[in-house]
Amino acid sequence: MTESGGLDARLEWRRGTLTLDIDIALPPRGITALFGPSGAGKTSCLRAIAGLERDGKGTVRFGGELWQDSARGIFVPPHRRRLGYVFQEASLFAHRSVAGNLDYGYRRAGRPAHLDREGLVDQFGVRPLLARRVDTLSGGERQRVAIVRALASDPALLLFDEPLSALDAAARDELLGCLETLHASLAVPMVYVSHAIDEVARLADHLVLLDAGRVVAQGPLQATLTRLDLPPALSGAVGAVLEGIVVGHDADDHLTELAFAGGTLFVPRRGDAVGRTLRCRISARDVVLTRERQHASSALNQIRARVVAMAAAEHPSQCLVRLDAGGCALLARITRRSWQALELAPGSEVWAQVKAVALAG
Amino acid sequence: MPLLSPQDLQALWLTLRLAATVTALLLLLGTPLAWWMARTRSRWQRPVATVVALPLVLPPTVLGFYLLLLLGPHSVLGRLMAALGLSALPFTFAGLVVASMLYSLPFVVQPLHNAFESIGVRPLEAAACLRAGPLDRFLSVALPQAMPGFVTSAVLGFAHTVGEFGVVLMIGGNIPGRTRVLSLRIYDHVEAGQYHEAHMLSLCLLVFSFSALLAMSLLRPRRRRHD
Repeated sequence: MTESGGLDARLEWRRGTLTLDIDIALPPRGITALFGPSGAGKTSCLRAIAGLERDGKGTVRFGGELWQDSARGIFVPPHRRRLGYVFQEASLFAHRSVAGNLDYGYRRAGRPAHLDREGLVDQFGVRPLLARRVDTLSGGERQRVAIVRALASDPALLLFDEPLSALDAAARDELLGCLETLHASLAVPMVYVSHAIDEVARLADHLVLLDAGRVVAQGPLQATLTRLDLPPALSGAVGAVLEGIVVGHDADDHLTELAFAGGTLFVPRRGDAVGRTLRCRISARDVVLTRERQHASSALNQIRARVVAMAAAEHPSQCLVRLDAGGCALLARITRRSWQALELAPGSEVWAQVKAVALAG
Repeated sequence: MPLLSPQDLQALWLTLRLAATVTALLLLLGTPLAWWMARTRSRWQRPVATVVALPLVLPPTVLGFYLLLLLGPHSVLGRLMAALGLSALPFTFAGLVVASMLYSLPFVVQPLHNAFESIGVRPLEAAACLRAGPLDRFLSVALPQAMPGFVTSAVLGFAHTVGEFGVVLMIGGNIPGRTRVLSLRIYDHVEAGQYHEAHMLSLCLLVFSFSALLAMSLLRPRRRRHD
């Protein structure tokens, strides 16, 4: 039943008025985002996977190990699960220095030789902080220390609970960059809880959408975010995530050009070097459809695409259109009136206009 | 004339020995009790906490009276101890220790309870996710973070034991060298009209109490920024 090496959790429990009924299967590699509106049960779900909540009834397996099986009375406590958990607030040990905090899990993991602790310390810019007391750190610094502390304990599974949500915009941006770098070198799977779709779009490979305690969809990031059947609570998140390679920067106009399978895309200038892979989220509400390529439009990006399907949106005046642009899925939210006026139908050839202004960050 | 007579010094030494013994034993037994009270979700938590707090409001003479009945040679416990070849507890140093421990229990357990509670569950969860087992978490996170509570408990427990009167009178008698502690000695002096001697000993206790409280507030780390 379970995928080899991955996480498989089937749990059911009540928390106040919310009934959680979770059935998740995660791949053994990459970052899986648990995404959903506040109160959807994301954090409860993560805590249950970690074994920090014992209320859930069901089974949790990770890799070849059985972590929980309520029917057989099996429950492996968190300290035997080889986790790296990062909480929303850094939760550092106030009685230890930064170095003492990093040492805590590293020492208990037996100071594994294969773990490049010094490399992690540098990667997250923690070296200048090592001798500091934790109560003298800024919010961003604390969270970086908490992440290195978790990574240094040689975890087999990383669980991140909205690690950026308590940070100001600058600290958040910096740490998000660190996490992107970490993503590229990550050897173990990570579950990343978030209610910010931009974080999810930049970090996740796999997506589990939660609403009101239930899994409403799960699968690869792009395919899941462009589904037409998501509940209204998640409508703000639907849209395409394109992955492209930086092919050039325009210094005069401060633009970066990305090449992806369906064409090219101009986005506001990014710091990334030419040749790097970037992700770009195109929200369904930022896409305008035209029948002809426009020659006098302020929209910088016009992508040739074909209509795949249409579905009703939560507001009766609107519909969601799923497009295919050279194999990449795009999503457009347009009015029903426009759908009829343009005489669109599955198979129609269209141009998708996207303002570069809408593609910041 | 010396400041303190040999009998006074004897009472002073006995008092210090009693307070040190009682404080050490209470810290030893009170720590797991306070930890349990701070962490359990059992329905017995409140009744147990109430029993621990009882000596705060109970007249010491009441406590001493019941202890005398409970530990006396004619009680079940007393007969059991006699059968085991142990001497009865009343009017002995050991009896004083037992009585003082009960009397000072809340002064040691409550600060520890508060200290453990104020740590919250989060640091312990973080430790569990860094592979620390329950005992490891207690020793490496709970104990160091509750240190200010231990200082408060030790100082309060010690000072409160030094100052007790009613219980030691009931359970200890007033036997020189064995159960005659400082507070009883002061009472004796006053009864005998020896105001100078009473004054000396009282001053000792006053200075001691002030020093203990001052030391406690100096030892307590300054309020840190909240995490």
